[in-house]
Amino acid sequence: MDASMAGTILAAIFTLAIFSLLYRDNPFYRFAEHLLVGVSAGYYVVHYFSSAVLRKFAYPVFVSQDWWLLPGGLLGLLMLFRLSRHTQWVSRYAIAFYVAAWSGYLIPSVIQERVLVQIQGTIPQLIGATPGAVIGALILLVGVTTILVYFYFSAEHRGALNSLSRIGITFLMIGFGASFGYTVMGRVSLLIGRFQFLFQEVPEVLGL
Amino acid sequence: MKKTGPVILGFLVGILMLVQYFTPNAWIEARYNNVLDWKQVVFGMTLILGVVSLFLYHWRKISRRQSGWGYSVVTIGGLLFMIFAALIWSPEAGPYRWMFDYVQAPMQATMFALLAFYVASASYRAFRARGFHAALLLTAGVIVMLGRVPLGELIGVRIGETHISLATISSWILDYPNLAAKRGVMIGVGLGMTATAIKIIVGIERTYLGRGA
Repeated sequence: MDASMAGTILAAIFTLAIFSLLYRDNPFYRFAEHLLVGVSAGYYVVHYFSSAVLRKFAYPVFVSQDWWLLPGGLLGLLMLFRLSRHTQWVSRYAIAFYVAAWSGYLIPSVIQERVLVQIQGTIPQLIGATPGAVIGALILLVGVTTILVYFYFSAEHRGALNSLSRIGITFLMIGFGASFGYTVMGRVSLLIGRFQFLFQEVPEVLGL
Repeated sequence: MKKTGPVILGFLVGILMLVQYFTPNAWIEARYNNVLDWKQVVFGMTLILGVVSLFLYHWRKISRRQSGWGYSVVTIGGLLFMIFAALIWSPEAGPYRWMFDYVQAPMQATMFALLAFYVASASYRAFRARGFHAALLLTAGVIVMLGRVPLGELIGVRIGETHISLATISSWILDYPNLAAKRGVMIGVGLGMTATAIKIIVGIERTYLGRGA
């Protein structure tokens, strides 16, 4: 038996162990679940240690002597102070750095991609458009505007504001339903993938 | 030192990241790239902290022989095996890669596949049409689900030369009302994120620093 065959058999056993939860909680499922947690933690720690700590700190600083990358390592080390209750305030420097760096990085990109580009895409381009495209563009415009009205909390939703926000809720509900349906189908295709593995790949590997 | 220092550091870093967008200055751009690299290192160290925490939690369970301590042995065993496999052989090949291909990836996919059953039972409870909006949610969800399978192509009506199937309606829902909902939420979230980011940089929002900050 080669490593690939052994691996496929093991993968099939663990797949069945996880599916056994559908009957009820049992030792096979808990074994597989705990192993998955340990293996995943090990995988990600190795991956990020080599891609971030070694490549972005250790090699550039100690081999290439790029001292501009030294503060990153020092800030990273400050995170470890969190392990002690008395010194965990030191880790606030690393957390503040990380959160603020993200915040500064996000402001221009969020305004650009999540606000301006979305508004631009919502403004209908009517010249030369087919009737179907015009109707679609108007539905988009009404939907986005009324949803934004629904999220406007600075005034009480009465009268016209209430009517518009109710149209907004209607769009939101259709959107949530569609997203839910889409998510369910995504999960179902994963399930089909696992069944294909169990009923097609495993018998092929075992020569059945 | 304990409270103001981190807020000042956050302010300086946040302003640097923001200013870089508006200036072509090469020095500022170089520091901006440095901060992006530092961020990755801090993230990597945070992950190590998380793994140390996970190890200590399970180690305590084993040393105190708490219920289910045997499973903690499995977790620690898996964790240490992956780390030593990467150190002894290589992260690109050998047992580390084998464990990823034949243990982690299949189990992770199965965990997500398992959610199909739970989502189905949750949808049974959530989709009971108790009002107009719940009925809309139900209808949109069912149309999109049916529209994504071959059956959805067959169910429909023919108007003249055009066949309007559930798949067509599903695509229309995804392209227009669903896109409108997504855009509306995205713009709202974008404005909210921007406001929160500004509050973090200027030090109004500091709950992320923990208690006492």
